[in-house]
Amino acid sequence: MDNKLPFNDVIDQRHHRRSDLSSFEYTHKAEITSIHKLTEQENLYRIQIIDPAERERFEFRPGQFLMLELPGIGDAPFSISSPPSRKGDVELCIRKVGGLTSFLSRVERGTHVGIRGPFGTSFPMEKMYGQNIMLIAGGLGLAPLRTPISYVQENRSRFNNVDIIYGTKDPLQLLFTYQYDMWRADDMRLSIIVEKPDASWQGRTGMITRVIEEIFEERDDAFFRNTYAIVCGPPIMFKFVCSMLNQKDLPMQKMFVSLERRMHCGMGKCCRCNVGSTYTCLSGPVFDYWTVMNLKEAI
Amino acid sequence: MIFRVIEKAELRSLFTMLSAANRVIGPVGVGLDRSGRQLYGFEEVHDFDRVALDYTMTSLSAKKYFLPYREIMATFTMDNKDWQKRIDYNIDAPFVFFGMHACDINALNRLDKVLMGSVYPMPYYAAKRKNAFIIGIGCEPQPNCFCRSMGTDTALHGFDMFITDIGDRYFIEIQSDTAFNFLKKIRTGEPVEADHLSFMKTGAGKNEKFAASVDTTDLTKILDMEFQSEVWKQWGDKCLGCGTCANVCPTCYCYSVEEEVSIDLTAAAKVKKLYSCNLIDFAVVAGGHNFRPERHSRLKYRYYHKHRGFVEAYEESLCVGCGRCGEACLADITVPEVIASVREGRKTDGQ
Ligand SMILES: Cc1cc2nc3c(=O)[nH]c(=O)nc-3n(C[C@H](O)[C@H](O)[C@H](O)COP(=O)(O)OP(=O)(O)OC[C@H]3O[C@@H](n4cnc5c(N)ncnc54)[C@H](O)[C@@H]3O)c2cc1C
Ligand code: SF4
Ligand code: SF4
Ligand code: FES
Repeated sequence: MDNKLPFNDVIDQRHHRRSDLSSFEYTHKAEITSIHKLTEQENLYRIQIIDPAERERFEFRPGQFLMLELPGIGDAPFSISSPPSRKGDVELCIRKVGGLTSFLSRVERGTHVGIRGPFGTSFPMEKMYGQNIMLIAGGLGLAPLRTPISYVQENRSRFNNVDIIYGTKDPLQLLFTYQYDMWRADDMRLSIIVEKPDASWQGRTGMITRVIEEIFEERDDAFFRNTYAIVCGPPIMFKFVCSMLNQKDLPMQKMFVSLERRMHCGMGKCCRCNVGSTYTCLSGPVFDYWTVMNLKEAI
Repeated sequence: MIFRVIEKAELRSLFTMLSAANRVIGPVGVGLDRSGRQLYGFEEVHDFDRVALDYTMTSLSAKKYFLPYREIMATFTMDNKDWQKRIDYNIDAPFVFFGMHACDINALNRLDKVLMGSVYPMPYYAAKRKNAFIIGIGCEPQPNCFCRSMGTDTALHGFDMFITDIGDRYFIEIQSDTAFNFLKKIRTGEPVEADHLSFMKTGAGKNEKFAASVDTTDLTKILDMEFQSEVWKQWGDKCLGCGTCANVCPTCYCYSVEEEVSIDLTAAAKVKKLYSCNLIDFAVVAGGHNFRPERHSRLKYRYYHKHRGFVEAYEESLCVGCGRCGEACLADITVPEVIASVREGRKTDGQ
């Protein structure tokens, strides 16, 4: 029997890297505490990690995402849409598009779900202190953008001018309408634009780039030298927006975008989120625009 | 490194000793192909005479013993709105790999970098990798092998011991304490100068036999420059999008995760399945958008990841030049030809 190979218990050995081997696949159990209908397509889910100590330890930064698991149904990435100060009591704004998300739209309050994460890179909010910020969202892009918005709101005095620019297809798709007044009250200028207005629409009509043109007319070049931009939305939209901003000499490294790819692990293992020479889940989803320009197939 | 030499007959004693107490995987003949050529596979072996020490190349890599094609990551028991998750890293008993070629050892070394050396090390892989006792063995270059171009024709680490046939005896490199201790139980000798010379001669002889090669000079940059090249479309037109290349490749590790649920909805399993970036829905996201809808964009992607992305991250290519994908491809798409044509494209495009 002494010819038996020695057993190497990989889990017993503390790994030398950031995370321990034994934490892979670790899932926080969480409860859906409220479901709020935002539009025909999107619901806002408030999801609370059940264990209070774990909830307190669940620290994330604006722009990060988590993997939400429904046993037997699936496992998918979602941006965290609530303020980082609320830790493991998160809100996710989820559009009904497929298997898991349709199932979610039918569950009741009190359902238990699994949460892994937080994963990915984030918007470097501290670097933006003292600067102007342009927070720009198209469509569902407001879901990830809501976290930096609430960060700015909680730390309003640390930032200079704050512009929130938000565009959707039609007025019915506007998300978080009940928060607009609060944002404005906190001295953040909100400009909303829709592509296809309905009869009752009073606001701006057109593409999001129209709002940016307006801002170009009103601000001088010095303004843009001291500005950071966060742009969330479909690739075609941030491509236009970022190249416009770059005309005003806003450095590409001061513009941040969030990429979306298929993801099955969130940890740089499944390869599904590959973009150019890197992974969206590890080097992203938040990238500065210079990096995006250098990644093949990113836009 | 510590070296030993053994008489050829002693290898049988080593096998017998190891297989008496452990599961042993080794190269064995598994039938003939259409043209009557011997095919090999890595299978569990109990009898030394079945081990094909002089095997050419196994059709499938050793991957399935480290990254199974299908693996249950976790199971659930469900009860109305609540559930319990049981995570199982599938840590099995240690096993012996008797006779792995240098390319396949290097393939594991590459996988180690992503699956163990980066953030979020993966216990499912680590458990198998760290419990494999690997005996490497020298090989003869086959028509499709280009490991020499990829710098993977010799293995510097990642095995326990490595055997080279130096004519009348075996020359052994010892990497691990475990291997050293096993070798104490058979008859070994200290190599003398003549053994060193034979070892070097064997290596030099092998080098002369490579038929295929890949020029990797500036390849990362060329792949960036030629990203829009027409050449990719031509290969894309040939490619069937079948994913066989990834299936046989020792370094392709991408996967899919699916949840399976029992009929009575009380149990579920989270299942990991190896995938291939050549399959049509690899990069499909919700809402139906496909980031790589054309075959050529997916085929290009596989090359781009192996020869460009991985090199940027880890200073070496993810392709170890084993030639299996070219051998298996029904459309006769081989790495040396694809890379050569992309380089060629650069010349003829006149850019
Ligand atoms: C970083 C990131 C943040 C995201 N944030 C949000 C958000 O805040 N709100 C929101 O509504 N959606 C978000 N998505 C998209 C969301 O992941 C998909 O809508 C979701 O995966 C659809 O799952 P499904 O099972 O309903 O769809 P199906 O089409 O049935 O998909 C099956 C499986 O494929 C994978 N998959 C499919 N689409 C995607 C995708 N776009 N990205 C990653 N994996 C995918 C998932 O594993 C999913 O379970 C985000 C995606 C990423 C990558
Ligand atoms: S390259 Fe060959 S093996 Fe790979 S997907 Fe295309 S046809 Fe199949
Ligand atoms: S890409 Fe082909 S030649 Fe390279 S390691 Fe994979 S199977 Fe072998
Ligand atoms: S999601 Fe698996 S590698 Fe990024």
